[in-house]
Amino acid sequence: MDKLLDIENLWVRFPTRQGVFDAVRGVSFSLGRERLGIVGESGSGKSMTGRAILRLIRPPGIVEADHINLGGVDLLKKTDKQMRAVRGQRISMVMQDPKFSLNPVTTIGDQIMEAYRLHNKVSKSGAYAKAVEMLNAVSIRDADRVMRAYPHEMSGGMGQRIMIAMMLIPNPEILIADEPTSALDVSVQRQVLDIMDALVKERGMGLIFISHDLNLVADFCDRVLIMYAGRIVEVCAADKLHEAQHPYTRGLLNSLPRLDAPRARLEVLRRDPAWSETPSVSGRV
Amino acid sequence: MAEQTLREWLLTDTPTSRRHAKLSALYQGWLSFRSNTMAMIGLGILVALVLIAVAAPILSPHDPFVQDLGNRLLPLGTEGHVFGTDSLGRDILSRLIYGARITLYIVALVALIAPVVGLLVGTVSGYAGGWIDVVLMRITDIFLAFPRLVLALAFVAALGAGIENAVLAISLTAWPPYARIARAETLTIRSSDYIAAIRLQGAGALRIITRHIWPLCISSLIVRVTLDMAGIILAAAGLGFLGLGAQPPSPEWGAMISEGRRFILDHWWVATMPGLAIFTVSLAFNLLGDGLRDVLDPKAGE
Amino acid sequence: MNMLEIDNLNVWFGRARDRVDAVKDATFTVGEGESFGLVGESGSGKSTILRAITGLVPTWSGEIKVRQDPVPKKRPKSFFKSVQMVFQDPYASLHPRHSVDQVLGETLFLHGFREIDARVVKLLDDVGLGQKFRFRYPHQLSGGQRQRVAIARALAPEPKLLLLDEPTSALDVSVQAEILNLLADLRQEHKLTYLMVSHDLSVVGHMCDRLAVMKDGEIVEVMDVAALYAMKAVHPYAQHLLQASV
Repeated sequence: MDKLLDIENLWVRFPTRQGVFDAVRGVSFSLGRERLGIVGESGSGKSMTGRAILRLIRPPGIVEADHINLGGVDLLKKTDKQMRAVRGQRISMVMQDPKFSLNPVTTIGDQIMEAYRLHNKVSKSGAYAKAVEMLNAVSIRDADRVMRAYPHEMSGGMGQRIMIAMMLIPNPEILIADEPTSALDVSVQRQVLDIMDALVKERGMGLIFISHDLNLVADFCDRVLIMYAGRIVEVCAADKLHEAQHPYTRGLLNSLPRLDAPRARLEVLRRDPAWSETPSVSGRV
Repeated sequence: MAEQTLREWLLTDTPTSRRHAKLSALYQGWLSFRSNTMAMIGLGILVALVLIAVAAPILSPHDPFVQDLGNRLLPLGTEGHVFGTDSLGRDILSRLIYGARITLYIVALVALIAPVVGLLVGTVSGYAGGWIDVVLMRITDIFLAFPRLVLALAFVAALGAGIENAVLAISLTAWPPYARIARAETLTIRSSDYIAAIRLQGAGALRIITRHIWPLCISSLIVRVTLDMAGIILAAAGLGFLGLGAQPPSPEWGAMISEGRRFILDHWWVATMPGLAIFTVSLAFNLLGDGLRDVLDPKAGE
Repeated sequence: MNMLEIDNLNVWFGRARDRVDAVKDATFTVGEGESFGLVGESGSGKSTILRAITGLVPTWSGEIKVRQDPVPKKRPKSFFKSVQMVFQDPYASLHPRHSVDQVLGETLFLHGFREIDARVVKLLDDVGLGQKFRFRYPHQLSGGQRQRVAIARALAPEPKLLLLDEPTSALDVSVQAEILNLLADLRQEHKLTYLMVSHDLSVVGHMCDRLAVMKDGEIVEVMDVAALYAMKAVHPYAQHLLQASV
């Protein structure tokens, strides 16, 4: 499997009044042409990991790593200007809530076309045709109407599909999706995931799928990293997630209420301080 | 925990009493304020101003009202008169020092009246909504529609010249922006879950406004007031300059500039020195306001 | 005896041309001591029903009866002594400048209790927080701890009916388990009746005895939890929702 991305010993630190807070503590993993899930609870550092790859951590936060290699080139050595060429072009990111990612005062069509023309030298009509094609690719049937609409006229699922369409325009090698479906209803969630899945497969992209939802990740990804307190505590194949060994993963799985196995009481996760002390498991292949 | 230092006690995450929690919150705010150098400079200037005003009789080398026509319009650095003397031979430094008292008096009174009126009008208007909102906001608009100084002039002209009336006039023209801010904040706070929660406990409008909405509005108002202070000092000075504020021989800074204006070409320092004083204090308030915004704004804090 | 009876409830927002009917002719009853769930996707009107019951949404018609007493348009103070609500987002439902002590103390004061200090301590113990959290501010608490405070606040007036608006959807799964266990314990201890709104069928399946499935403001099906476990819904939409949740 060829490696798209290789990360070694990634740290994200935030200096605070009480000393330095380490949000991500020495995480290593690689990404091939696969769907890699990162799961964990809030504060586990999973979102920070995604942002750190694109160097989107705002000061005073600091990103440190031995290397973050994208196709053999270390992203940490790039200047801010070179980094801007990487973001969107080679690595795209889809955020949780499309409402905050789309410009509310511009029509969706204009935004997609602008994104496209930023990366490709084409005429307006060429960009329009491409935008419609992109919307069709994310299963939006009445693309012409959507092109004229404003973001607030879209439902959550629709907005998220549009975001995915926009992110895929420059044909990136890697897509980072940070909780892309948690703001959506279950039935819509499925559709959005299917679209994302098909696109990723078709284009041979690498996908980093960040989520708190174990079942979703088990269902959707190929490989899963489980993060706890800024470290990877376990790496496993997604279809084997339900047989995971680490007590934290087991605890998380058992704390979910299940329709197929009702219980009087839910199991409560007992946190062992040793979990955050043991060194990070490597997710490199 | 006998060896716990005061600092640790104040920075704790587990306060043990109401007072402890309050003090701890205050200390946290002070720490983040202290890290802002510019704001500390502003605070330093203002503390110095207060000390100067309090100790005016000790600090000033001369009586600010004693005239000495033989020594009129002495330049800067003259022996015994560091900032020179004015057209009636009064020591400018002494007059500036006593003038600090008047400036503080104006600032304190305006700061007490205008934001309180604005807060009251704005929160009631925002929380009550409906016709109360319409009436109160139209009144606010009427006040906002006049240029500030012109309105103040009209008030002073009607009420008579003098420092108290100047303060009243400035306050009357200064409250509408505060009412606007308070209303805007109230509108967002009103629809929040914690207000819904307290309504579900059967709390009345008065309690909700005073206990739940005011504490959240006050911080942005304090910031706005400190930022506006410069403008208020300038308005008071402007009224003084036009002869409608403090009356001679009172050493109000604006009035001093007004007196000095006649000699500005040949004896520039007579008008410049009080001008510099106004500038310094206005700047200090602006710096302080910027620092306070960082500390008090709950949105920026997280 | 029925704790809550909802009869032909309609709730709408806006007027005339802008009018949106959020709930249409909803009818259901919740028995005393029962735990009843309302499920549906976002915009189906499930939370709006709770807000109409508490009077936070004033534009409703139909009949709401609590213990056979019709609820008037203007809720009397005594109403809030028997009906309380826990909100979805614990980050938004606590006043940012009020300590836990203030939140609970004020609630107790408003309901005319005496010995407020002792009761605050008791409430904190009831929700498993304990004394050391009493003087903390919301920003010093985790999401789960905040939700416990919000539950303590709802329990303060010793209500009979607790309305739960997605009480765990903003929380991590491990914290969700703790809160759901706590709610189950409290229900038993205090003989509470729950009306719980959730988009998560497995949570409702865990917590509730019966549930209503909502779509576009209408209740399409009322079923008991056994039918849910057996995946036997009658209405096609309810069946679709069941399928999507597994």
